[in-house]
Amino acid sequence: MRNTKRKLLEVAHLDVDFDTPEGMVPAVAGMSFELSKGETLGIVGESGSGKSQTVLAIMGLLAANGRAAGSVRFAGGEILNLPVGRMNRIRGEKIAMIFQDPMTSLNPYLTVATQMTEVLVRHKNMSMQDARKRSIELLDAVHIPAARERIDMYPHEFSGGMRQRVMIAMALSCSPKLLIADEPTTALDVTVQAQILSLLGEVRREFGTSIILITHDLGVIAGVCDRVMVMYAGRVMEYGSVDDIFYRSVHPYTRGLLRSVPRLDMTGADRLPTIDGNPPNLLALPKGCPFVTRCQRRFGRCESELPELREIDHGRGKACHLETMQ
Amino acid sequence: MSDSLLNVDGLEVHFDVRQPGIFAGSRPLKAVDGVSFVLNTGETLGIVGESGCGKSTLARAILRLVPMTAGKVVLLGSDLAALNKDELRQARRDFQIIFQDPLASLDPRMTVGQIISEPLTTHFGKLSKDEVTRRVKAMMQKVGLLPNQINRYPHEYSGGQCQRIGIARALVLEPKLVVCDEPVSALDVSIQAQIINLLKDLQDEMDLSLIFIAHDLSVVRHISDKVLVMYMGRAVETASGDTLYTNPRHPYTRALIAVVPIPDPAEERAKDRTLLRGELPSPMNLPSGCRFRTRCPYAIERCATEEPQLRDVGASRVACHRAEEI
Repeated sequence: MRNTKRKLLEVAHLDVDFDTPEGMVPAVAGMSFELSKGETLGIVGESGSGKSQTVLAIMGLLAANGRAAGSVRFAGGEILNLPVGRMNRIRGEKIAMIFQDPMTSLNPYLTVATQMTEVLVRHKNMSMQDARKRSIELLDAVHIPAARERIDMYPHEFSGGMRQRVMIAMALSCSPKLLIADEPTTALDVTVQAQILSLLGEVRREFGTSIILITHDLGVIAGVCDRVMVMYAGRVMEYGSVDDIFYRSVHPYTRGLLRSVPRLDMTGADRLPTIDGNPPNLLALPKGCPFVTRCQRRFGRCESELPELREIDHGRGKACHLETMQ
Repeated sequence: MSDSLLNVDGLEVHFDVRQPGIFAGSRPLKAVDGVSFVLNTGETLGIVGESGCGKSTLARAILRLVPMTAGKVVLLGSDLAALNKDELRQARRDFQIIFQDPLASLDPRMTVGQIISEPLTTHFGKLSKDEVTRRVKAMMQKVGLLPNQINRYPHEYSGGQCQRIGIARALVLEPKLVVCDEPVSALDVSIQAQIINLLKDLQDEMDLSLIFIAHDLSVVRHISDKVLVMYMGRAVETASGDTLYTNPRHPYTRALIAVVPIPDPAEERAKDRTLLRGELPSPMNLPSGCRFRTRCPYAIERCATEEPQLRDVGASRVACHRAEEI
């Protein structure tokens, strides 16, 4: 592997399974990807495609009935299934995460000041005064007006967009190398979404943070990501640069997804092209390709043989038996 | 198509909000403050705006699910506000609603058959059991559900299919007007397109008029003939779908359109994001004059003193003093 030093995160053959009363649910299967320093990777997929479980496994935050296998190397060291004590030193300090709903990820009983300084005192051994000063600087950096006064408020006194800013400020407080954002703007208005996305861009420029952005919104991906990975039923269907995926997609699922989005710059065509059917039940996956039942380009081999994820060009890969899309 | 089905004139919905302190009493929160529009048979009106702008309250007031403070709602020639309880119940056959969260809006202890037949048995108690079943099955077929699954429960269905059940329940009475309150925002992209197409097909088939509320402007553009943009309880612009998107006149409409992410990396990179500055003002403490002036890049002195009224500008109706200059 070339330039191993510049790779911040290397995920190889990651499997995530959940033990449920109905049986083993393979939420993520055979996931591999790499992330370089300062790069923004978008993971896109429908609900249940495994995008959130992938990053939760990386963070060691799977539910009690979940098990992760494979390898996750962060800055050269293996971090998958580390003991909690060692993982706690990485979480928050080197890898930070922000979630979809900023209200449920902040503690409603504590002021923003208490929640922000806790991180700095714990990870950076700062004094309370220094931690408070730094927290105010961070709130300024994410454009919270009157940060000096606002820091003593409770989460409910902030609007949704402001809470997400507070979350981002907290996530940045230890200058993490990697920021994972799981649907960070899904619960927000489009106007606020635009503000938060441009803030993430600033974070990346000013702090040099690598970002993994999970979203179901292809428009968001187009605006902020360098590279994109498309997931379906727990597997990577296709990956490549943002231009590759949007202009030269080589997977029928990605193409279908792109076509079915209503677009603002499109005059109202009568019908939206759709992907017929529903995503498969993970407990009863088809034998071959997981997308086979909904794919318009399927042929005999797709029903019997699972397409492996293969590299077709540098930094470009797909899991599909088709040789070309023509 | 000039026969108007619904006439809304100067609709106001104010809520009393208690002020802190024993003698402070209460003050009105103007959720909807003087909105008027006309909807013709077979037409779709899209209503867009940020959360808290009053779009859902407006729709609920039209359906008499919240009491209106002032104004007039005339559906098929009868003034809804003047109806007594029995008459209102009769009238409700003609207007139905589809909700955002498909699973939460279905009773988990009722079968699909019971859910869809409930409006029928409520409004047409004399129908025979066989006739009810026949109509329910026909409706299930129409919305793309398998009629032989009539005895299943909502939890056995996916989100998109639950939304189909909600649609079947709303349409089984063959109403004239259906209010869709964010019907696809909880669904995945590939399922969204299916539901939008379904709504359009059923509209053609049953000659329905739709009020389509959404925060996603791309979806609204795709489905609507006319669009109404709301800000802080007021209509700031109304126009035909194409006019609104190709030639937005109000600064707020422009901002809303500018922030919608487009699934095209080149366009996203080239986009000039004139981001909306600031946050929504408190609805308890509205700015003087134009409500949008605190966030408007074009605000002048006049905007602070005089509230702009909706007036004809080109093919649109716009509430902005400077609509011509911008």
